[in-house]
Amino acid sequence: MKQLLTFIRKEFHHILRDKRTMLVLLGLPIVQLLIFGFAVTNETRNSSIAILDNAKDETTQNITARMENSRYFDIDRTLNGNRQIEDAFKTGKIKLAVVFQQNFQNELAHGNKAQIQLIADATDPNQATTLVNYASSIIMDHQNELNRENNLPYTINTEMRMLYNPELKGAYTSVPGVMGMILLLISTMMTSISIVREKELGTMEILLVSPMKPLLVILSKAIPYFIVSLINVATILILSVLVLGMPIQGSVFLLIAVTVLYLLCALSLGLLISTVTSSQLAAMLISLLGLMLPVVMLSGYAFPIANMPVLLQIISNIIPAKWYIIMVKSVMIKGLGLEGVWMEALIILAMTLFFLVISLKRFKVRL
Amino acid sequence: MTMNEVVIKTEKLTKKFGGFVAVNEISFEVHKGEIFGFLGANGAGKTTAMKMLIGISRPSSGSASIAGFDVYKQTEMIKKNIGYMSQKFSLYEDLTIEENIRLFGGIYGLTDEEIKLKSGVLIDKLNLRNEARKVVASLPLGWKQKLAFSIAVLHQPKIVFLDEPTGGVDPVTRRQFWDMIYEAAHNGITVFVTTHYMDEAEYCDRVSIMVDGVITALDSPQNLKERYGADTMEEVFVMLARSAKRGE
Repeated sequence: MKQLLTFIRKEFHHILRDKRTMLVLLGLPIVQLLIFGFAVTNETRNSSIAILDNAKDETTQNITARMENSRYFDIDRTLNGNRQIEDAFKTGKIKLAVVFQQNFQNELAHGNKAQIQLIADATDPNQATTLVNYASSIIMDHQNELNRENNLPYTINTEMRMLYNPELKGAYTSVPGVMGMILLLISTMMTSISIVREKELGTMEILLVSPMKPLLVILSKAIPYFIVSLINVATILILSVLVLGMPIQGSVFLLIAVTVLYLLCALSLGLLISTVTSSQLAAMLISLLGLMLPVVMLSGYAFPIANMPVLLQIISNIIPAKWYIIMVKSVMIKGLGLEGVWMEALIILAMTLFFLVISLKRFKVRL
Repeated sequence: MTMNEVVIKTEKLTKKFGGFVAVNEISFEVHKGEIFGFLGANGAGKTTAMKMLIGISRPSSGSASIAGFDVYKQTEMIKKNIGYMSQKFSLYEDLTIEENIRLFGGIYGLTDEEIKLKSGVLIDKLNLRNEARKVVASLPLGWKQKLAFSIAVLHQPKIVFLDEPTGGVDPVTRRQFWDMIYEAAHNGITVFVTTHYMDEAEYCDRVSIMVDGVITALDSPQNLKERYGADTMEEVFVMLARSAKRGE
């Protein structure tokens, strides 16, 4: 026990003395979260739009006012004819144009039908879709109000509903994604690097000659990074609740429990990497290229898994982050309990055991 | 200094890697308090042999006992009773002198009081009082090696294994290093040392010379020089090593 404590203290000395690495370890999650939470987001606010009102009656003015008042749109200009639409887009400033047909109110009152054309700048298709969706839902709101007031079936019945994330908040995808990525990266990469560094420097030989049990060496490597990762989990969760305004719907305890499980998986993966490499550079490359890319690409964080080719969908199953991200979303956003995540938890547990068995076997061989 | 107690004894100790015989049936004895030089050209099998003795490599055949413990079954006991310093620098460069002492003391099971006492004595002896809180990386190589040796014998092992401990160190510091080795041997610690410096071979009580995995000569430097009609150990070594068939 004393050996273990002495050794853990040594690992902390290594970590604390290397200021630059420590800054990266503790700062990276914050930076990532803020970048993905704020800068890289599907949520678009205050987009400049143009209005071409060919009717200029009460209804169209009401709808225009609603758009003006929403935080998504800024009415940049009003147009006086179809010709000006293209010019408005060419300035590059206008992202969306809303065109009301002539005699809008009359058509609506007598024919129960009126048309609004939404023209979006689709050079950025994601943004265009989002803006069109925002606009349609504002129009829909207005239409529903009209129907309630008049008890008349005015037109269309498109229903738009975004489950769990009605405002398409970016944080809802970025927080689970960043957690899945950062925790895996830090735990796996740092554990493997710190074990391989001892091999590279020759100090591993000294440790193997000492009465220190190899299992203790590994354990004392894993514990400090486990603690660092827990600090990161706390930072990420506090930031996402306080700064990104993302609620934790489910049990915090369950969220932490599945996170600890995921950390163990990441640590054992790091251990596995350290047994197959003998230089720090190789360990880092395997961790970065071998983990970072698949996690970003295939975990469902950046691209929806359902849209991938079947082969990639199958491959995505062996990525621990995929299952962890599903669990975080289930607990944090949907508020599910253990009954909603037990399968994913079992999968990660199985992966952890698999990594552990192989690496312990390999570690023995190397003695 | 009593020479009768045998602390290292090997009999036909062999290590094979596939069809390659790295160490071929070596048999020798080392006595308590002896300084035993283990010489051989690069690739002769020195390091492999040493790894079997310190319990991190399992022999293919033959037997060996270290401090009375069997290299097959009692490696844990062997590890408790030996010290080891490797040819690569064996301390943590980003830890301070004190932290290194505390770490290795802790690994070898010394109590906090023992560690405190011993590290004070050690730091005074090496004249490192002003550097005690500096990281090891900032020390000159010679000082690091002396510190590494002191830490390797901190827990009073029965035998200390030194794998080319003075590589790259200047002659004056090497001389001081050997003074420390003599002192340890005088205190009853058996010293098992590999080296490429033939002047250092002269300092040993007995030396063995390995060629192609086999021990071809084993005696005191004086006797070896007489037997091969040479003036220095260097001549003896070159004479024997020239017959080697294995390259590096």
